[in-house]
Formats: sequence, C-alpha cells, structure tokens
Amino acid sequence: MNAIPGRIAPAPLLSVEGLTKWYGHVLGCRDVAFDLRPGEVLGIVGESGSGKTTLLNCISGKLTPTSGEVRFDTRRFGLTDIYGLSEPDRRRMQREEWGFVHQNPRDGLRMRVSGGANVAEPLMNLGGRHYGNMRQATIDWLDRVELDTRRIDDKPRNFSGGMQQRIQVARNLIHGPRLVFMDEPTGGLDVSVQARLLDLLRELVRDLGLAVIIVTHDMAVARLMADRLMVMKGGEVVETGLTDQVLDDPQHPYTQLLVSSVLQI
Amino acid sequence: MSTPVPARANAPERYYNYAYLDEQTKRMIRRSILKALAIPGYQVPFGSREMPVPYGWGTGGIQLTAAIIGPDDVYKCIDQGADDTTNAVSIRRFFANVADVATTEDTGEATIIQTRHRIPEKPLKQGQVLVYQVPQPEPLRGLEARETETRAMHAYEEYGLQYVSLYENVSTYGRIAATAGYPVMVEERYLMSPSPIPKFDNPKMAQNEAVMLFGAGREKRIYAVPPFTRVRSLDFEDYPFETQTWEETCALCGAKDSYLDEVILDDAGDKMFVCSDSHHCAERREAGHVGPMAGHTLDQDAALKEPAQ
Repeated sequence: MNAIPGRIAPAPLLSVEGLTKWYGHVLGCRDVAFDLRPGEVLGIVGESGSGKTTLLNCISGKLTPTSGEVRFDTRRFGLTDIYGLSEPDRRRMQREEWGFVHQNPRDGLRMRVSGGANVAEPLMNLGGRHYGNMRQATIDWLDRVELDTRRIDDKPRNFSGGMQQRIQVARNLIHGPRLVFMDEPTGGLDVSVQARLLDLLRELVRDLGLAVIIVTHDMAVARLMADRLMVMKGGEVVETGLTDQVLDDPQHPYTQLLVSSVLQI
Repeated sequence: MSTPVPARANAPERYYNYAYLDEQTKRMIRRSILKALAIPGYQVPFGSREMPVPYGWGTGGIQLTAAIIGPDDVYKCIDQGADDTTNAVSIRRFFANVADVATTEDTGEATIIQTRHRIPEKPLKQGQVLVYQVPQPEPLRGLEARETETRAMHAYEEYGLQYVSLYENVSTYGRIAATAGYPVMVEERYLMSPSPIPKFDNPKMAQNEAVMLFGAGREKRIYAVPPFTRVRSLDFEDYPFETQTWEETCALCGAKDSYLDEVILDDAGDKMFVCSDSHHCAERREAGHVGPMAGHTLDQDAALKEPAQ
C-alpha cells in the first residue's frame, strides 16, 4: 500500500490471510484475506450457502480453519495468530475483547436466567464481584438499548424477539469489547423492529468506536451498517470495496445480480 | 457406645467378598481417592459399580466406604443428621453385615462417618473420615449443561458463571437465598459442590482435621478435601456469605447454636424445632440440658409390669 503523505494508516486490529476451510471435500471458504482497522465496520454479504457464516466462525475462533491465519491485536500479546494461542489464553481474549451477537437470541442468551443476569454475566466472567456496581451497569445498559429497566429481572422468554435481541446486544457490549461479530443480527425480526434495532446498533457502534464484522444477506442492512463490503459466492470473495461503491457500481456479475434482485416497493 | 458384632455361625460359608466389592474394584476406587486427595476439589472419574440400592440412595458414598473400611473401623451413618432414619439404619446394617465392623451413633467414637445432608455438630478429629453421598458433583451443571464446557471451565479456572446464580438470588430475594449445596472454592483453585449439606455446615469444611471424601455413584465422580484445606464459600463483596440462624432453640435440648429442623405437630399449625443432629441432641440431654418441650423419660419397665386394663 502506498503511504499517503500526512496520513498515517492505523495498525490493523484484525488481519486475516489465506483463510481456507474444507469440510471434508466440501468447501466452506477459500483463500480469504482482509485487514480490519479499529472502528471499522465490515459487511460480509452473499446468498445462503456462500460461506459467510463459516468465515465468521473461523475468524471468531469458533471453528479451526484448515489453513490460513487470523491475527488479532490482543491487549496482552500484541498482534498474534489467535489459533497459535493456548486455549485458555484464546478463551480469555474472546471473553475480554470480543462480543458475538447471534442471529437467534436463544443461541446467545442463557434462557434460564433473567435478562439482567444475562447482561451482567460478562462482568462476572471478567472478575466482577460487587453486586451493586454490576446491577447499576446492567440498568445503564438496558436503558442504553432502550429497554424498560423495570423488566430487568424478567426471563428472556418473556421478552419479544426484538427485545431479546436488544438484551443480547447489551450483553455483548457491556464489557467494552473492541471487536464485535454479528451474524444476521436483524434476521427473523419484522421490518419496523429491524429498522429500530439497526438504528440503535449504528448509534452504539459509532459512539463506542467499535470494530464490527457483520454477516448479512440483506442489502439494506449492509448499506446502513457497513463501511466496507465483501461479497461472497461459493466460498470465495468475488468483490470487495467501499459499501457505496460496491452497491452503486457493482463490477462482478454476481454482485450485479445481488444488487438488482433487491425488491423495490 | 459401640455394639460389637457377634461371630457368625455361618462364617465359613460366606460367599461374598469382604465389604461387598471385589478387591480389584476397591483398588480402583482407592486409586481415584488418592488422586482426589492430591488435587483437592477436582472431580476424578471412576468406574462406579451397580450397588444393591438404587441410585440416589447413596451408592457413591457406599462405594467409598467399602473401599476404605477395615475390620477395626467403627462406622456411623447419618441421614439429615439423624442416626435413626430408614436409609441410615439400612446402610449401617449393610456394613455391619458385609464388613463385620462395629457400628456406633457416637460421632466422637466413629472412625468412618457416612453422611447425607449434614456435617455432625461435634468437631471432627484427626483420623476420622467423613464420606459424603453426592447426587450432583458438578456445581456449574445448572447453568451449563455441556460436560465438555464445564470441564474446560474447571481446567482454566473460569468460574465467573457460578456468580450468575448468586446474582439471580440477590436480584430475586434481595440476599443470597441458596441454602443447600452452596458452592465453595477449595484451596482457591477448584470450584466444588459440597453435596446438599446446608450452608450452615460450609464453614466447618474449612481447615477441618478430618479427611472428607465425596462420592457420586450415578455421575461416577469422586472428589475430596484433605485435612487442613482452605474452603471458601462464594459471595459478593456487598453481599457476604452468611449461614442460617434461628430465633428458636432446640425444643428438646435447648441448643442455641445447632442446625434445627422444623417439625409440624398438628393441623392447628403447632410446631417445634429440634436439632437435626440426633446424637448431638441426645448427648446434650444426657448432660442435663433441657429444652422447652422436653418431657419425662419413659419408664418402660413400669409399663410392662402394669398392663393396661
């Protein structure tokens, strides 16, 4: 990359190189490479089965890739390959510095404990042992994601789908992560709820200066949230660039198809 | 007062092994016990055997006792603190039968005490072994159903999750309301479930002189707390650990500092509180302590001499 005089490119927060995942002889994703800088929002789009979720799982340490490297700028070890870390170190890093918002809140929440305890859990995992302080932080965060703080002790099943997703967002942001993974965070919600949740996410991401990797098949979500886009097809990245550039002037035939197939009302 | 077992008439014909289990099984269990003692609080898997009682009736404790008992031992068995409940009586009789040991109700005299739900009130001494019957050895199971995950959490000392249950307690009841099976940290390393003893007994585990062995038969786990080990009950900085207290005293012996059971007396809602440790209560009454509801002693001989008309 040519350095532009007067501008210093910040060091990457996450750097992925040659990432490949085979499920036996079925391809998950092949030779994916990109850099993510602090505060940047990267969208991964593509049809279902294109390898988006495989890629996300590989990057977030949930699924060991067949080959390739995922380097993250950890607080304790600097920029290191996360699969080179020992398991306890990797788990600790995931707990301390990452968040993961699942598509289905049931995957991301403990359904048997209250919403408040779900939000406070990351604090306890990081050594919080003062009930009053954690309670206050939980109330602050419920307020921030626009939930009724009086319902703090209700079980997640007593909340609507959109509210559950807000609890999940609060749970994944309360400990001040630097990188948050989102797997279709607005999938399964109706359009008006989706719009409000997106609005909230956008605000939080901007206020907190979070880096986000968001996987979606919804072009509208990509347009609203992402700074940069990666378009995937058949396990490979076919096009990458700034969001507006990719969506307004798609180069690859598949991207053109994807963009033109968005329903207009 | 120990009851010596009379010599058996059919001693030569006995067809079962000493202390019921075969020698190889006892050897396997002893190896697990040694490992458990070497790593306080760590759950050691073992090949739990089918016992002549159902799971949940103390199969883990019985196997531990069978592995460590010898003819010179004096055996005591309690259930909810009492020596005279059905389960305690039959397990005690089982070992009198298969191991030819003397049995006792006296806490001080026993060398092996098998227990469920209580630690005796009388402080244990060096040389004694307390065997717990454990239904669920995994303290994190209620919050994390995956065994692979809980094993990793123990291995990497990730115990934040246990505090979630305490948090739920405080947010629901305004205090840590959990009373039995209250989780403890052993030597500041392993999180351990102390089996369903009341949290009243938790402080007794710390720096105890006796060996404490825990056996879970269905879950196939053995763990242990060796003598003089640090045992700390979990709590929050602003909600410290505390044990149960009673405003009442024991109705029979007047004890103020023992663990009390509430007994309903009639349909009108009358009730009494009595020591759950039956031997402790009897000893106090013998020493002359009298509670508010203690009656006269029954004169059995007099009753026999003058049959009712």
